[in-house]
Amino acid sequence: MWLFHGAKYGFIDKRRKAYVVSAAVLAAGIAAMAFNLFTLGSWQNFGVDFTGGALVQVRFSEAAAATELRDALGGADAPPITRFGEDNEFVVRASVQEGMEIDEVAAGIAGQLAAAFGSGAFEVVRQELVGPKIGEELQGKAALAILFSLVLTLLYIAFRFEMRFGIASVIATMHDVLIVLGLLALARIEISLPTVAAILTILGYSLNDTIVVFDRIRENLNARGGRREDPYKLVNRSINETLPRTVLTSGTTLGVLLALLVLGGAVIRDFTLVLILGVMIGTYSSIFIASPALLEIQKRYGAGESRDKGRRTRRMATV
Amino acid sequence: MLKSFRGRLIVIAATLAISVWYFTARGLKLGLDLQGGIHLVLEIDDPEGTFTPEARADAIDRAERIIRTRVDEFGVEEPLIQKVGSDRIIVELAGLDDESRAKEVINQQAYLEWKLVRPTTQIDQALERLDRAVVVAIGAEGLREMGRATTAEQSTSIESLLFGNPDSAAADSAGAGEGDADADAAGETGDPAEAAEADQEDAAQEEEEGELDLRPFTNLLNTGDVGTYLVDADDVDAAEQFMALPEFQRALPRELSLQWGWDSIPRAGRFYRELYVLEEEPFLTGDQLEDATANRDQQFNQPQVLFELNRRGGRDFQRLTAANIGNRIAIVLDGEVVSAPVVRDRIGARGTIDLGASDFSEATDLALVLRAGALPAPLTIMEERTVGPSLGADSVEQGRIAGIVGVVAVILIMLVYYRLAGLLAVVALAFYLMLVLGGLSALNATLTLPGIAGLILSIGMAVDANVLIFERIREELERRRAPRTAVEEGFGNAVSAIVDANITTLITGLILFQFGTGPVRGFAVTLCIGIVASFFSALYVTRTLFLLYLTRKRGSDPISI
Repeated sequence: MWLFHGAKYGFIDKRRKAYVVSAAVLAAGIAAMAFNLFTLGSWQNFGVDFTGGALVQVRFSEAAAATELRDALGGADAPPITRFGEDNEFVVRASVQEGMEIDEVAAGIAGQLAAAFGSGAFEVVRQELVGPKIGEELQGKAALAILFSLVLTLLYIAFRFEMRFGIASVIATMHDVLIVLGLLALARIEISLPTVAAILTILGYSLNDTIVVFDRIRENLNARGGRREDPYKLVNRSINETLPRTVLTSGTTLGVLLALLVLGGAVIRDFTLVLILGVMIGTYSSIFIASPALLEIQKRYGAGESRDKGRRTRRMATV
Repeated sequence: MLKSFRGRLIVIAATLAISVWYFTARGLKLGLDLQGGIHLVLEIDDPEGTFTPEARADAIDRAERIIRTRVDEFGVEEPLIQKVGSDRIIVELAGLDDESRAKEVINQQAYLEWKLVRPTTQIDQALERLDRAVVVAIGAEGLREMGRATTAEQSTSIESLLFGNPDSAAADSAGAGEGDADADAAGETGDPAEAAEADQEDAAQEEEEGELDLRPFTNLLNTGDVGTYLVDADDVDAAEQFMALPEFQRALPRELSLQWGWDSIPRAGRFYRELYVLEEEPFLTGDQLEDATANRDQQFNQPQVLFELNRRGGRDFQRLTAANIGNRIAIVLDGEVVSAPVVRDRIGARGTIDLGASDFSEATDLALVLRAGALPAPLTIMEERTVGPSLGADSVEQGRIAGIVGVVAVILIMLVYYRLAGLLAVVALAFYLMLVLGGLSALNATLTLPGIAGLILSIGMAVDANVLIFERIREELERRRAPRTAVEEGFGNAVSAIVDANITTLITGLILFQFGTGPVRGFAVTLCIGIVASFFSALYVTRTLFLLYLTRKRGSDPISI
């Protein structure tokens, strides 16, 4: 079996359409972030990991309605309550006022529920308390982590390929991260620590995919006559040549992730969802964003000096 | 060729053996999210910034040691106690039955002091000053908002008092001299139930006359045992607020302090907290403690802690108890009075702390923390994550099923797509998985739920490496290369892509490890180990397997890929 072997799709010809699609999705995401900023007060639905506060997850022995919990926790003044997977499991999020022990908040929620439902009717299965200071530090750390890995990969790719490859892959990666952030804002998925880990994984996956295509472009460029070939044709040929691998790898990864999504349980559902989005967008972007970006850079700023890396990579082959 | 081939097999066998050994000997530690447990981040509580950076670092070092001793004695298996930065401690305890008790043992400062109890008359004389300090600090508005002032006229009265308007308020303030204070105290003292009644009468009277409530603090006090006041449980918050005022502290007689008793006392259908009048300087502290054990007192079978002082502490204790026979001595734990027995006789190096009607576990825990020593400063909980064992078990089960389904899907795809070569890849993947498990065990890493996800993702990368190689081999075969050459060329051509892809992902993984905490770190660790293992398994193991396959057939035979 050899799917997509010898494919000759005109990916590069369709790049302008792809730009429009990407721009539209990005715009929708940015609009969602702005909308969230006005209605929620922050551009993403940040979880307690980032805002600080208390999260109490309770599991009732029988099915319960969120409205019952809301009534037990103070009606209109009740903290946000969300169902977690099954219909007997709920997550209550409460903010922590200044000068308050985070411990007391969680104990208070459990106490109020015990008063309404009886103490044997439910079990506290998870409790998370994050001081506001930790949350603030975390926001800075996450942004710094993304920035750092972008800079380091840019340097690495500039060293192993050429500068324009580095810039193009960073553009594609930023495109992916921004689109995922926009979709998260649109769906108002809670941003927690694992979600950040997922976003960073997308960063890695998208780069991985881009590099495989770029590796082929590099190889075709360094082959006899590669530098004289029309760059648009060369890039398009490279994408088509790697297409079987792209489809197989992305398909396999998506299959595994789908298994996680369906069977993995509620704890990692958001996490897996972000990864699935990321794999799809990462695959799309290495074909329709990274490769065209390479060409656009070349069109504007020239190809830069060619660096013969072919011999070096060959030598590594005998590791 | 054959020689290097044997060398390859030895390397693979050795790596596999080491991995299996680590995995079976150490096993894989499950994270808190998978087996349940508690994760705490503690920081030195120092809002006023009294610690110098060096003192802070020293305090956190000592706190870490003390917490370790306490946790070891508490009997938790494989606790993780780790200093982070210069002022934080992370404590992770897995598989607990009673999280809140463990938390108490870790977080309790356990600063023990012995202080002499003073008669309340010494405070009674200062009540006037204390009340005024409260009025000045909080103001009429503030008191009314607290519900500690009742009539509308009061604000003007208070202002006139503050700004020296010579009317009734001034007269009141002048009249409330020494003699008045005594009368006042006498009026307030008596049975608490009566006092409450008297309070109400007082209030009614005041309302009638439209007079100012000049005694926001005095009004909260009822007479208790020798050297104590009783404060209604509903008034405790207000009293605490008053007592925290710097103006109040300044107005307090020198060398005296007011400290709460730790129990509520029921009386006449209401609950009260005792407020002790103590000498500010302790005459003995927990530093002098040599040993502490939990016990039950023989008379009432109530829990108590027996303590033993060191030689110096014993001498001091003997001297002071001899001088104070008939007086009360308060045993103060973290600022609250646990008990205040009357000294009947000279006491040497041994004594008891009575805990009243509490659980015996409280006595064992207190003895434990006293033995381990006091924390150099109170700690606040910055972050806490508790996962119940049932949720953890569910996650493990779901993660396992998802993992198995995912792996089976990968195996099927590889076999269908690449046939015999796919089988080689699957064998290499099995090797890869063992390598990752061994690596995680060797590094003592914990497997968290995001970690499982990271693992599954790195399986994806391991598959990708094999796919890259096989695609290259197919391309070479298409160019009508001989099978042996095609395999060599295929591996050679795929190396650069695999190296670059793996290294960039490794960069992300390392950064995640650097910046991440808890679950994210677990994810980063499995991802990094997974990448290294996949690199080795694809470029070394798959290649060796291919060589093995090629030596078993004639050079011109087609290969199954």
